Amino acid sequence: MAAANPLRTKRMEGIRRKRRKARLAIWQNYELYLFLLPTLVYFLVFHYMPMYGVQIAFKRFIAVKGINGSPWVGFEHFERFFESFQFLIVLKNTLAISLYELLVAFPAPIVLALLLNQLTSERFKKLAQTVTYAPHFISVVVVVGMLYLFLSPKIGLVNRLLVSLGFEPVYFMASSAWFSTIFVFSGIWQNIGWSTIIYLAALAGVNPDLHEAAVMDGATKRQRIQHIDFPSILPTIMILLILNIGHLMSVGFEKVYLMQNQLNIDASEVIQTYVYKAGLLEGQLSYSAAIGLFNSVINFTLLLAFNQLARKSKQASLW
Amino acid sequence: MVTSRSRGDVLFDLFTYGFLSALLLAVLYPLYFVVISSISNPDFVNQGNVTLYPRGVTFEGYRRIFADAQVWLGYRNSLLYTVLGTILNVILTLTAGYALSRSDLVGRNGFMLLIVFTMFFSGGLIPTYLLVKGLGLVNTVWAMILPNAVSAYNVIITRTFFQTSIPGELLEAAKMDGCSNTRFFLGIVLPLAMPIVAVMILFSAVGHWNAYFQALIYLKDEGLQPLQIVLRKILIHNEASEAMMDDIVNQAELVKMAETMKYGMIIVSSLPVLVLYPFLQKYFMKGVLIGSLKG
Repeated sequence: MAAANPLRTKRMEGIRRKRRKARLAIWQNYELYLFLLPTLVYFLVFHYMPMYGVQIAFKRFIAVKGINGSPWVGFEHFERFFESFQFLIVLKNTLAISLYELLVAFPAPIVLALLLNQLTSERFKKLAQTVTYAPHFISVVVVVGMLYLFLSPKIGLVNRLLVSLGFEPVYFMASSAWFSTIFVFSGIWQNIGWSTIIYLAALAGVNPDLHEAAVMDGATKRQRIQHIDFPSILPTIMILLILNIGHLMSVGFEKVYLMQNQLNIDASEVIQTYVYKAGLLEGQLSYSAAIGLFNSVINFTLLLAFNQLARKSKQASLW
Repeated sequence: MVTSRSRGDVLFDLFTYGFLSALLLAVLYPLYFVVISSISNPDFVNQGNVTLYPRGVTFEGYRRIFADAQVWLGYRNSLLYTVLGTILNVILTLTAGYALSRSDLVGRNGFMLLIVFTMFFSGGLIPTYLLVKGLGLVNTVWAMILPNAVSAYNVIITRTFFQTSIPGELLEAAKMDGCSNTRFFLGIVLPLAMPIVAVMILFSAVGHWNAYFQALIYLKDEGLQPLQIVLRKILIHNEASEAMMDDIVNQAELVKMAETMKYGMIIVSSLPVLVLYPFLQKYFMKGVLIGSLKG
């Protein structure tokens, strides 16, 4: 016993010293905690309080009784949603738009970044960046307003072009069939340039020696993109892909809602617009909180699953 | 290095320049078309005679837009929300980002996790609405400012910037001189952080200026509506205010003027942002966003 004691006290001493050091560090840096405090309070109030409040999804929310006082109803709201005729429609619309975006809008900036990176003229590259970044700053209301103007059946630019080429005019904004295409391609128009920033930053980190060596060996530009540039931005692509998949069930709600009208509703009612209407316009707060929670849980599960998959296959992952 | 470029490379370059030029035109032309249509005679625009330059130049649309009280009120409100919201955003993001960039901040991994987790999971629209309502913010200026006072993404970018661009020796030297953390932050870190300050101002200002959904759910009072809500009425719901066109009796004239005013409204509402953008552009060109993903 006596022999073990010194060792133990030594270890205790070490722990105590560590704690004292930590306390000292906290005390010395108290200003840093004050810097952080308002932001932490913000996240606790505006992000964690709603996570606590989401329990109304399992309750029959009665405003006067508040979140805590309302009676529990279990999975009643979820069951009602899964059994409603709306369920399959909104799920199908949401996934259709999301997958379309993932397939077409996600790769577009990657291609653009790879091409921009090959430009030898710095001036042209800068011009291309300046121009393609600009639409990112336009509000979604204006973008949808422009869509209505350009796609108008009588006076819109696009239909006048179609008519002059001998086609019938199409009332795009009233068409369910065209909805996701218009949504995705106007999104590309607005964001293709802006989304290249992250890839261009990654490409700027590629060792120029690699390219020089490849040129010596007679590699063409296409081969260099394929074997040097693309592999070097692959980790970035993977991370962004995982993040995108983590939002698979949340298509750009604000824009969908603005583009939505009675004529294209068959294709444009997505989970989030349904949550908004059922909850805030019709006042079914618990029911739509349940749908919102269902959405968040699927998103989060997908994120975890894909991150795990990426890790298993030795690709870049979030953690 | 360029001695004998293969034929494939020449073709590749040709394709790249051609493709990118076409893309630039495709991005730019819609914007240009809005500009020339807003100052052209609506008859020419509607018949498709305005394609490359304005025809029958008139500023009637703009005159009517600026004569409208609703537009001015929206402008004033948006300006107020943008200025207040941006000040709050930038201060909170910089201070939090700096604190989290310090490796000697005990507990920083826990704080980071708390912040990053909100990017992947949220309580959703309804609980957030109930919270904002419970705090008594509905129908006040604060509903446009407090619910998005800080963005987790911006905190991460700012933190990464501080970690990679403020040398550790600076802090050591300042500590030797007995410089407090606050003085060090204000006197030494901030002047070195102007690129990230510029980027944060741009992100926040644009975000607030363009926000419409918060106004849609939190503001009922007509007097509080920001410009984007006014825009939505005019551009998408075709509800040009009476006051804008009460002197026009002819229905066809009314429709024509409404179209011209839509083009004008797009310009009027996007102008502040498009003016701000070139000034701040050089900063995010510098690759401020490098490593922003490594939470």
